[in-house]
Amino acid sequence: MIKMTRFIGQFVAYALFALVVGYFATQPSYTHLDPDKALIKLSFSHAGAHRQECRMLTQEDLERLPPNMRRPMDCPRERRPLLVELELDGEILYRDELPPSGLASDGASTAYRKFAVAAGSYRLVARLRDSRREDGFDYEKATEIMLSPQQNFVIDFRPELGGFLFL
Amino acid sequence: MTGLRTVARAAFEGVDNVFNSAFTPALNPLYHLGTLGWFFYWITIVSGIYLYIFFDTGINQAYESLEYITNVQWYAGGVMRSLHRYASDALIIVMMLHLTREFVMDRYRGARWFTWFTGVPLLWLVFACGISGYWMVWDVLAQYIAIASTEWLDSLGIFGQSIARNFLNNDTLSGRFFTLMVFIHIAVPLFMLLVMWIHIQRQRNARVNPPVGLALGTLGMLLALSLARPAVSQAPANLDRVPSVIDLDWFYLVAYPLLDRIPGLAMWAIAGAGTLLLVMLPWLPPGRRRAPASVDLDNCNGCGRCVDDCPFSAVSLEPRTDAAAFSHEAVVSDDLCTSCGICVGACPTATPFRRTSELVPGIDLPGLRIRELLENTLSATGNLTGNARVAVYGCGHGPGLDHLRGPDVAVLELPCVAMLPPAFIDFVISRDHADGVFLTGCSDGNCHYRLGIDWTGQRLAGERDPYLRKRIPRERVAVLWAGINRGTRLQQEIHAFQDRLGALPPFKRRPYRSPGRQPEEEGGGPHD
Repeated sequence: MIKMTRFIGQFVAYALFALVVGYFATQPSYTHLDPDKALIKLSFSHAGAHRQECRMLTQEDLERLPPNMRRPMDCPRERRPLLVELELDGEILYRDELPPSGLASDGASTAYRKFAVAAGSYRLVARLRDSRREDGFDYEKATEIMLSPQQNFVIDFRPELGGFLFL
Repeated sequence: MTGLRTVARAAFEGVDNVFNSAFTPALNPLYHLGTLGWFFYWITIVSGIYLYIFFDTGINQAYESLEYITNVQWYAGGVMRSLHRYASDALIIVMMLHLTREFVMDRYRGARWFTWFTGVPLLWLVFACGISGYWMVWDVLAQYIAIASTEWLDSLGIFGQSIARNFLNNDTLSGRFFTLMVFIHIAVPLFMLLVMWIHIQRQRNARVNPPVGLALGTLGMLLALSLARPAVSQAPANLDRVPSVIDLDWFYLVAYPLLDRIPGLAMWAIAGAGTLLLVMLPWLPPGRRRAPASVDLDNCNGCGRCVDDCPFSAVSLEPRTDAAAFSHEAVVSDDLCTSCGICVGACPTATPFRRTSELVPGIDLPGLRIRELLENTLSATGNLTGNARVAVYGCGHGPGLDHLRGPDVAVLELPCVAMLPPAFIDFVISRDHADGVFLTGCSDGNCHYRLGIDWTGQRLAGERDPYLRKRIPRERVAVLWAGINRGTRLQQEIHAFQDRLGALPPFKRRPYRSPGRQPEEEGGGPHD
């Protein structure tokens, strides 16, 4: 009798363990993105202009430098932040200054942002300033987009290909 | 905190008792959480090696090869895949229970810090193994994990280029990432094995395999689950679409939904702070370090019994440093000693029958010297009355003992009941200090000092030196491994023991001959 009780007890314990493992291995489901929504993903890496222009060193400047460091041009490493703006149907979706990376602020600025929006048609405008100008933008691209549910709409930026890329 | 820990310990031991009823203490899975972890690890390794034979790295090939394994070769590859998944999930469960249990049972401080400390990186390694494994399937779950993981890594800001950009869309994805994942998924478990080996280095007689019965039952359970609910892939990954509703493995991915809501750096801070807290726990107050065991060379002949019995490898035999005619002496490592006193219980010189001027054993515990234990025994049993006088020796980790004291019951507390040399039982009974001896402590299979219950049982059974001498009738010795929840049961068992003692014929004691004195039937000094 005791053996049978033990057998049943062990069976129940193993069954419960299997139930917990089997259930939580896949359930409950998790909703990462509302099924009716699409995702606009802005992602790029781009170096802005140097904060200051290169300048020709004078003879006095050169003489103050050690002989092995006497280069005629002085080019400060520090770069300007990028200004990025996304506009969706006339509304500003995102606008931010992206600082340069690196301890000396001489690296590329990086953007990685995600925006969940309802599926549908939109007019999208992307703008970017990477020069030393104070107003306006150096790059701008607009498009009409039709976002389907769960679509991953990527905005990349590659100046060698003309600026913004809508993928 | 202590009150909370006591409640948690009582809860654990309550569940232990239920499992003891079903499995017996020898097969109770809650007493084998560590070894079950090892067992699940080996199942994932063996099943993983099989899967790797058929697995193909590549953006499309990874998913297709797993579909073949799961659907075409369901009877072998499919079962192996399910075993791989479910054993790794079970590993998380036993690992977390193991961690919680050791914390609640207060088995992580003092000299035991090393085992706790080396267990913490295993948490990260196990999760790294599981997450990289899911990644390799390259279904929508893998896509979600890949993007969430790389975004989280990018949030550190230490990588020159964004890793998440590798998963922007189908055009940016490279097959090399799968090669990297395969490497990680093989290298991390191998490294984990090394850390697991380090984790048990300070345990003497460390067990890495569960009992056969438990292993077979667990394997059978996993096989049944694998057949009843085979592990399958979800829809193939498509980076042009965003996974919406995902079937998560909550054992490994419980933190991922948080990444959708909490900034990556905040998650790093939480994970880092949690890890730091775990690492620091052994040194956080209240500290309870007691003085380690000490060796008295004048009484140590280097027999090595203390070395054999120490559960934490804290005692070793070293070449003799004095002029004694023995080759070795016992040496205690203060850093490893938990002050359990089991070594004292193993020392053949720790006997109250010694006829030297002072009872000083070869190895002793400064917090409770064997001489004090003898004095306490004589003091506690001195006023006992009746024909069923019982000396109860219990450990400080079992049920409360104070309420047991009475006119016919003496109570003596030890750090671990295995600190009691069997000669004390002999002494108490044969010298008529009590009619019987009752030993109690932690619940069976759950010894606070790992091996105290085992060694005590073997010494009483005459299977381990020092033995309890045969002249002591075993019906005058009783044992109950009670745990903290069974105080009432302990009281009942002691009463029942007293009833049995009362019904026994008087114990025929051998005449005691003191040196230089005439034989006497009763009494006599303990070590004169």
